[in-house]
Amino acid sequence: MADIKFYLPLFIALPLSGAFLVSLLGKKFKVFSYAVTVGVCALMTFISLSVYFGEPMLGVVTYKMSGWPLPYGIVFVVDALGLLVLTMINTVAFIVALYSIPYVKRYTASWKYYTLYLLMVAGMNGVAATGDIFNLFVFLEIASIASYGLVAFGVEAEELEASFKYMVLGTLGSLLFLLAIGFIYALTGTLNLADISQKLPLIDAMPKNFIIILLIVGLGIKAALVPFHSWLPDAYSSAPAPISAMFSGVLIKTHGVYALVRILFNVFGLTQMTSGIFMFLGSASMLIGVLLALYQWDFKRLLAYHSISQIGYAILGIGLGTPLGVLGGLFHLVNHAIFKSLLFLNAGAVEYETGTRDLSKMGGLREQMPVTANTSLIASMSIAGIPPFNGFWSKLIIIMAAVQANQYLWATVAVISSILTLASFLKVQKYAFSGHSHGMFEKIKEVPFAMMAAMIIFAFLCLLTSLPVVRERLIIPAVNALLDGRYGEKVLAADKK
Amino acid sequence: MFFSNPYPLTPDLIQFMKQQGMTLIVRTITRLTVGFIMLFGLYIMFHGHLTPGGGFVGGVIFALAFVHLMFAYGKRVALKKFSPSSASIAESIGALLFVSVALFGIIAGYFFINFLPVGKPFEIVSAGTIPVSNIAIFLKVGAGLFSIFLALTLTTIITQKTENTDEKIKL
Repeated sequence: MADIKFYLPLFIALPLSGAFLVSLLGKKFKVFSYAVTVGVCALMTFISLSVYFGEPMLGVVTYKMSGWPLPYGIVFVVDALGLLVLTMINTVAFIVALYSIPYVKRYTASWKYYTLYLLMVAGMNGVAATGDIFNLFVFLEIASIASYGLVAFGVEAEELEASFKYMVLGTLGSLLFLLAIGFIYALTGTLNLADISQKLPLIDAMPKNFIIILLIVGLGIKAALVPFHSWLPDAYSSAPAPISAMFSGVLIKTHGVYALVRILFNVFGLTQMTSGIFMFLGSASMLIGVLLALYQWDFKRLLAYHSISQIGYAILGIGLGTPLGVLGGLFHLVNHAIFKSLLFLNAGAVEYETGTRDLSKMGGLREQMPVTANTSLIASMSIAGIPPFNGFWSKLIIIMAAVQANQYLWATVAVISSILTLASFLKVQKYAFSGHSHGMFEKIKEVPFAMMAAMIIFAFLCLLTSLPVVRERLIIPAVNALLDGRYGEKVLAADKK
Repeated sequence: MFFSNPYPLTPDLIQFMKQQGMTLIVRTITRLTVGFIMLFGLYIMFHGHLTPGGGFVGGVIFALAFVHLMFAYGKRVALKKFSPSSASIAESIGALLFVSVALFGIIAGYFFINFLPVGKPFEIVSAGTIPVSNIAIFLKVGAGLFSIFLALTLTTIITQKTENTDEKIKL
């Protein structure tokens, strides 16, 4: 239906102009600030989803900024993988923006929240749509700096500490990524991803491996893989709940996983070394994340450790390098965006009503908050991998792919982590929603309508994404785009048209 | 001791710190030069497409003029000239102008395309959208840099216990 080529710059221009309009007028007109945010996110969701209802997109679409041809100009490039990530970002951003309307009313200066929120969305859309490695870095920094501000939005001691820690580690990650870009530019003399991929085969293996290590460490900090994960639990548990949902749902995926995978698969080409590092880091994240999550009593902190663990699944699947493994990894990314965002919204709803995140103080909330309890049950079953919810299918594909690739050790680790995930979410359900109430929260009621609506939409998406049609229309073209070794040639050819 | 403060907060020093701004010499020279510094910033900005410099450099020079004013006369005088809310408005307008220049390009064919007539080289009205973008960047960078400087100064509260005074000194 829609020709994505015409709309591509709007993914960056719309949220940016929305952000500055909100910062100009949002202080005077409160309604304006969230109306613009929800409107912009809804429009972008509509544009990105409408592409899927037309002809299936097989090739690569490029958009030359101000008409300059490659490799001199800056291009936006979108293929099936980029489109999948764009759709994921904007859908989650739209639903979370809906949830934010009542949630953010309790903070002063809520228009600042919406400005930063739209800037973050603009940065993430830019990362997904750009075809230039330095532009990728700039958009990554836009989204990161907006997110440092959003973590500290409550300006309590805990939030400021978390934000500072996140800022230091995030800046370190950006710095290593910038260093890698510097080396790439020194070796190839170009910053365009397609052009780099054409010139890299002429470079020696030694500097190339060094760049790969820099990229894995730098973007691994953004993705919160296990040795680099220490910023994540603090940042997630102290940010406002919609922001935790955005972080876990899309921010670490676009910043960490998408950027890493796009550069290492399509530009550098997957090697034995990269694949081994991916599988090791993925499995370590999976197991250590879930083990650390088991004994948490803070609801959001528990979910934060599970984010590390679930990103590990995606990295393991993608790192296997087989079509089935990459399918499982990308499918799990999409599923995780849905169910983990839902779980963070549930945690936010509980905190909104009871004022606590401590699981041991809750109990018996199912009677007062039926919508929250039931949607969280669906999300818990999804994340724990119980059929027919979406998490089951993606985990099944990843484990099958690991067995097929003769990686029995990593397959076992994945199964064990899945069982431990189930145990940990049984604990959440038992202590928060079932059981006896402590008598402290007799008078609370269900959350406002917009928050309920957001949670119900996510719960429906949990079921909807387990349909085979989603896999065929959304994920498989993205897998083909990622495993296609001719990314650079395709982009350069599309640019000549 | 090894770590003792070489400049203890004596009552005289506190009185000096409470007084806003600097000495008469500095104030007079600032009064004479601040207008020229701003003019130079505007010059750099308007000639951005002809000579080295541009919106960013012009904005930095313009913001430094206000920083200069704040050093010489203290915070109150500088804030009266350029308040944080007007800085915020200027910043938003600059950014919006820049994005809309880019968006108008879509009508002419491409995002960010130079749709205005290019004109003769080395004339002040030439180069199409570049001077407009320079003005936008000037507003954004000038107001933004000044806001950053304000944010750094507004939150500085030094608390230090001395032998005779026990009060909080707000700089």
